[in-house]
Amino acid sequence: MDELLSVKNLKKYFPGPKRLLGGIKHHVRAVDDISFHIRPGETLGLVGESGCGKSTIGRLLLRLISPTAGSIFFRGDRIHTLNRRAMRPYRKHLQIIFQDPYSSLNPRMMVKDIIGEGLKRTTRISAIERRERVLDIMEKVGLRPEQYSRYPHEFSGGQRQRICIARAIVMNPALVVADEPVSALDVSIQAQVINLLERLREELNLSYLFISHDLSVVEHISDRIAVMYLGKIVEMADRNQLYNDPQHPYTIALLSALPLPQVGRKKKRIILHGDIPSPLNPPSGCRFHTRCSRATGICRDSEPELKEGDTGHFIACHGN
Amino acid sequence: MDNILDIQDLHTFFYTPEGTAKAVNGVSLSLKPGEILGLVGESGCGKSVTNLSVLRLISDPPGKIVSGKISLDGQDLLQLPKRDMRKIRGDRISMIFQEPMISLNPAYTIGNQLMEALLTHRKISRAEAVNRVVEMLQMVEIPSAEKRLKDYPHHLSGGMRQRVMIAEAMLLRPQVLLADEPTTALDVTIQAQVLELMYKLTEEFDTAIILVTHNLGIVAESAQRVAVMYTGRVIEEAPVKDLFESPRHPYTNGLLRSVPVPDQNRPAGREPLYEIEGIVPNLFDLPSGCSFHPRCSRIKDICRHEQPPEVEVGTNHMARCWLYA
Repeated sequence: MDELLSVKNLKKYFPGPKRLLGGIKHHVRAVDDISFHIRPGETLGLVGESGCGKSTIGRLLLRLISPTAGSIFFRGDRIHTLNRRAMRPYRKHLQIIFQDPYSSLNPRMMVKDIIGEGLKRTTRISAIERRERVLDIMEKVGLRPEQYSRYPHEFSGGQRQRICIARAIVMNPALVVADEPVSALDVSIQAQVINLLERLREELNLSYLFISHDLSVVEHISDRIAVMYLGKIVEMADRNQLYNDPQHPYTIALLSALPLPQVGRKKKRIILHGDIPSPLNPPSGCRFHTRCSRATGICRDSEPELKEGDTGHFIACHGN
Repeated sequence: MDNILDIQDLHTFFYTPEGTAKAVNGVSLSLKPGEILGLVGESGCGKSVTNLSVLRLISDPPGKIVSGKISLDGQDLLQLPKRDMRKIRGDRISMIFQEPMISLNPAYTIGNQLMEALLTHRKISRAEAVNRVVEMLQMVEIPSAEKRLKDYPHHLSGGMRQRVMIAEAMLLRPQVLLADEPTTALDVTIQAQVLELMYKLTEEFDTAIILVTHNLGIVAESAQRVAVMYTGRVIEEAPVKDLFESPRHPYTNGLLRSVPVPDQNRPAGREPLYEIEGIVPNLFDLPSGCSFHPRCSRIKDICRHEQPPEVEVGTNHMARCWLYA
């Protein structure tokens, strides 16, 4: 099938805080029964607010953590049950870029070692070849050759993010999980990094799982978008479908809450009242019902399934 | 209408072993009662230091307000003795910070902290203070406000903490509210709640706001006027509509074009975003002439050598650029 990676009924529960006197221990249901796939060369955007489980999904796909239940297939191979050693050949195909370019680079390693480490460990190429390859990648991401032997502290935030990107793509991966890659950057630098990611995708035929809380950025970069709320995908559709015809009340509220840099295009804003419930103890039925303006009795009692409405447009809502 | 706050030619410098950082280098801004002024710019442009200078909260050393004038309702704040300044902070001018967890004291209850502000500045009884605090918490939509008085900050969610901060800031009905990235740490839906609340309160109390943010969307939706800062200077200032529809400074123009905007009528193909080349310069090592010239797409020869003057480019529309001088 035309799928690079697919995920079926994926779950990740983290143990919650311990109770005194042996009461029932709750689990944080960070990712709760999620299925999706990513095609070769495609960017899937994953949006949601803090605690919705979007970063956990990224870490699960790379097997940085193991799922509680469910399956992950990479090019048709089951990778969710592999042990460390068996997982190794898949690692180079799956790479990640983190949000904070300060904490994700080892301050005591030079740029050449940060970028070249993966090559050194997984390939048998000579030091000279490795040097060429690292310099080549550095040029691709917009770093200068004279920065080859510098340390991370000599770089600005945007440049550090370029180092992180170089480290990810030097392995020639098929899928890059980009976890809020531009959220920590200034506006003018953000545009540079987004354009870089787009350019690399075309040149290297990459797929991205692009995780972000910023709907404008996700809209710009993604082909398809999945909206998450408290460990569940509530809506998933083609980029244009989602923005022009959002169906789930949560998606509609998110889009309406997005401040746009345009004056006078006053739109009706839907203010969601209350806070995001704790994933330790999510509401019964539809998890969004406590904040939903359209909630009815059924929403409290039963959990809606993610169902296909129009072609390729999936919605988990009783109202649809 | 008279200005409630007037900042004239403010210079705030930081003296460090690496050199002098001219964080605020000749900033003039004014604010009318009830007005929201958006102050935008990237990190290190001096927007937060401008706000802190207004409250005289610059730690000395290494920082110092070198020159300028800040008048609140005609009274020059920089000339006031410390004692009198303390009476103004939190009463006539108050501030909301980005990170509510750091700005609330974790060792005191919510009630305690809110009451302190009230009892310090007003001669009222405890019972009356409790009433006022509860009333304010209800206004910022804290559920079961009376019970919440006994809660500590860690009991509250991020959005609630920020609402408590707003309640604290608005409790004394200040004339000026300095809001420094008040919603940056919050989720989109919570951000919308908090902004809505801020507008409601300013309308009710006629408070003027300086809204510091890097989010151009928030400015477009809430401010009446916008000032754009770059390396310690205001490089463009205009009514919000003019700024977003006809930005004159190449930096403002670049910023606006570099933000992705969801567009319903966009064709399927993807256009790359506009890029302002290079990075924000180091304050210790500013370029000569116009500090934006190494990144500017419309550079002229004079930009390399001489600081551009403020130019009136339209009604109430100022740009600091040689293109118009």
